[in-house]
Amino acid sequence: MRVSVWATKKPPSHPRLTRELTTPASSDPSAQAPEKDGAKPKAKKDKGEKKPSAPAADFDAFEEAKTVIIVPANQLELTQKEMDEEITKQLTANNPNAPANIARYNTKEREYKFEPMIDQLVMHFASDGYLLHRDSDAAKQQLQLEAMEAEAIEEYERAVAGLPKKRAPGEEGEGGEGGDDGGDAADDDDDDAAREPVDDSKALRNQFNFSERAAQTVNNPTRERQSATEPPPSQQFTASATQWEMYDAYMEDQLRVAIQRDMMKKQKQREKEAEEAEEAGEPPPKKKEEPKPPPKEKKPEMMAGVPMTRAVKVMERMVNQNSYDDIAQDFKYWEDQSDRFREGEGTLLPLWKFYNERAKRRHVTAIAWNPTYHDLFAVGYGSFDFVKQMSGLICCYSLKNPSHPEYTFTTDSGVMCLDFHPHHPSLLAVGLYDGSVMVYDVRNKVNRPIRQCTVKTGKHTDPVWQVKWQDQDLSERSLNFCSVSSDGRVTTWTMSKSELVHEDLMELKLVTADADDDADALGSLAGGCCFDFNKAQDHLFVVGTEEGHVHKCSKAYNSQYLETYVGHNMAVYSVQWNPFHQKAFLSASADWSVKLWEHNSSRPLMSFDLNNAVGDVAWSPLNSTSFAAVTSDGKVHVYDLDVNKHEPICEQKIVRKAKLTKVAFNPEHPVLLVGDDRGCVTCLKLSPNLRKGGAEPERMETLVDTALKGEQA
Amino acid sequence: MASNEVEEAVKRINSHKGVMGVLVVNYDGVPIKTSMEAAETVQHAALITHFTQKAKGVIKQLDPDNEVTFLRVRSKKHEILIAPDENYILVVLQNPGSAFVNE
Repeated sequence: MRVSVWATKKPPSHPRLTRELTTPASSDPSAQAPEKDGAKPKAKKDKGEKKPSAPAADFDAFEEAKTVIIVPANQLELTQKEMDEEITKQLTANNPNAPANIARYNTKEREYKFEPMIDQLVMHFASDGYLLHRDSDAAKQQLQLEAMEAEAIEEYERAVAGLPKKRAPGEEGEGGEGGDDGGDAADDDDDDAAREPVDDSKALRNQFNFSERAAQTVNNPTRERQSATEPPPSQQFTASATQWEMYDAYMEDQLRVAIQRDMMKKQKQREKEAEEAEEAGEPPPKKKEEPKPPPKEKKPEMMAGVPMTRAVKVMERMVNQNSYDDIAQDFKYWEDQSDRFREGEGTLLPLWKFYNERAKRRHVTAIAWNPTYHDLFAVGYGSFDFVKQMSGLICCYSLKNPSHPEYTFTTDSGVMCLDFHPHHPSLLAVGLYDGSVMVYDVRNKVNRPIRQCTVKTGKHTDPVWQVKWQDQDLSERSLNFCSVSSDGRVTTWTMSKSELVHEDLMELKLVTADADDDADALGSLAGGCCFDFNKAQDHLFVVGTEEGHVHKCSKAYNSQYLETYVGHNMAVYSVQWNPFHQKAFLSASADWSVKLWEHNSSRPLMSFDLNNAVGDVAWSPLNSTSFAAVTSDGKVHVYDLDVNKHEPICEQKIVRKAKLTKVAFNPEHPVLLVGDDRGCVTCLKLSPNLRKGGAEPERMETLVDTALKGEQA
Repeated sequence: MASNEVEEAVKRINSHKGVMGVLVVNYDGVPIKTSMEAAETVQHAALITHFTQKAKGVIKQLDPDNEVTFLRVRSKKHEILIAPDENYILVVLQNPGSAFVNE
């Protein structure tokens, strides 16, 4: 049912609007705030000035409210008469909101027409009801249905009531058990059933949660099943990309793309060729090699390749630097303070010892500093002993790594001499005991010389005692070096493309004091032990021999000596020109003496007796008047002729029980190397007194001049 | 230099007085070869790789043609020597000995 209510708009309220407000007497404005329009006016008794700020809640509620009428300022002022005037209002059934002038197009008359009827219906309330009128069709239908239902129930009940009577005795036990859920009622049932058969239909049943036995199935317990997956692994990664990294990556990528494109092009070309060949009727080339896939970039083998070796090398040096830190400090900074308090004397400070297991029981037969890399030197190992010869060994050490040689080479025969090329620091000339000479390139780490002489190409027949690179002429493009051997030949070797080309510079004829013995002397040759080229006139050289004579020769005359210096009685082991004075040279001999010569004078200018066989002598590269000599009693003698012409300024025993064989000054640092016959090389630092004086040749010149004058006088 | 020669050199370094450990790490911080204990190795590998990368970055940034060849970090207790390579970083821990203590 629907209820509709018609209503009209309420008449406008009386224009006079009053607002009643409770005004607390206090002037506190906060008290007014809670008041709202339409709120029930509450009177608040003025409590006086004593509690002006008391909250509104504290006001006495029992005081009578005081009503004040506040009139809005714009209220119409009406006279009493006007107010008393009656204004009648009429209720109409018109909807004031309904439009009054709706015009619709009338298709029949083909024009717009005002709508005569305007719907004034306004629905204010609608509700669907459930009541039916008794006389309506729906109600009749419903009644009929109800009647049918009641009939059906009655019929069913009759049928049910009739059935249990027949089946009652069989059902009894089950009925009792079926009442399990029924609780007490069922239990009672059981007891009753034992005494008298009870009509089931009338048995008291639990009406609330009784359930038929048939419905009593086991309820499977609910199970919840879920599996949690592991969260996807996350990883944090941070990196800072710099411009160069981007650039490098980009370049790498570009290179790869270019290679790929190249490959594609080649493959296409190959396919094309194959097609053409087929078209021409030729059988495709049978053994055409399959284009190999680009070699897979092998994972760089661990610790292999050049860069890693570099890292290892640097690392080894650094570790050495740390472990030999004190020596490195001494090498760089230590100066013997006691030198200040003594004149004309100095000391040698032993620094590193270079020793190698493989050099055990070998003699150090040669030491050569590298002219370019002043920390690098080569040591030759062999034997001076005629009966105990063994294979040779060359070790290139660096001062930066005293514990292990940088390069090692082995030779079949004992090494007797070495020399680095002054301009090609990797070329090392080597002379062996068996008379062969060879050239190594130390950069090739293979144990094989790049050039080697053979018997056919003029190999010496006796040990080669010294080799020396020649300064390269601008006209000559090939490199050459000279060698001297005890077979009496001084030979120059030229490096050709594949072999060494030899040319004998000189045959050392034996010179005897007696002119009568010419016949004897003719056949045999003197054994050369050492030689040195003059620094200024490069054709001029002196040769020391086993007999003790020193000969001055020239490349220009290979038939005879320019001069023969007689003074030594035993083999001359070393001759060396002064690096600053062009005419003076030193010779060291097994007859315990070192002699200073002026090459125009046949007699020695000075002679120094060292009380033991002198193995080697070397001029200092820093001081024009200083030289060092090593003797077989293990001593190093340092002379400075400017300071003392008769006594060494330093005489120091360096090794015990070993013979010193070789000495070499470093071209730059104030250190020298001495080698002994036990395979050990010792680095010594010169104290400040040993390197006083300078490289000016004048001091040496005056020295030589005065010595010459003394000689003549 | 053949790889076995490098191995030899590494062995030599390891036998040096004062060397506490030799470590080869790749640039992902994975230790390849070590003479130290596992935990120590892993820690060193991870930290030093970062450090080296940073140092390389610094040098490259200052001058794109430049490259780090060696790094040594001296600490109170020892010194860490780092030689960065193309693919690997060689690290050595060394106690420089008594001379160092006096400093």
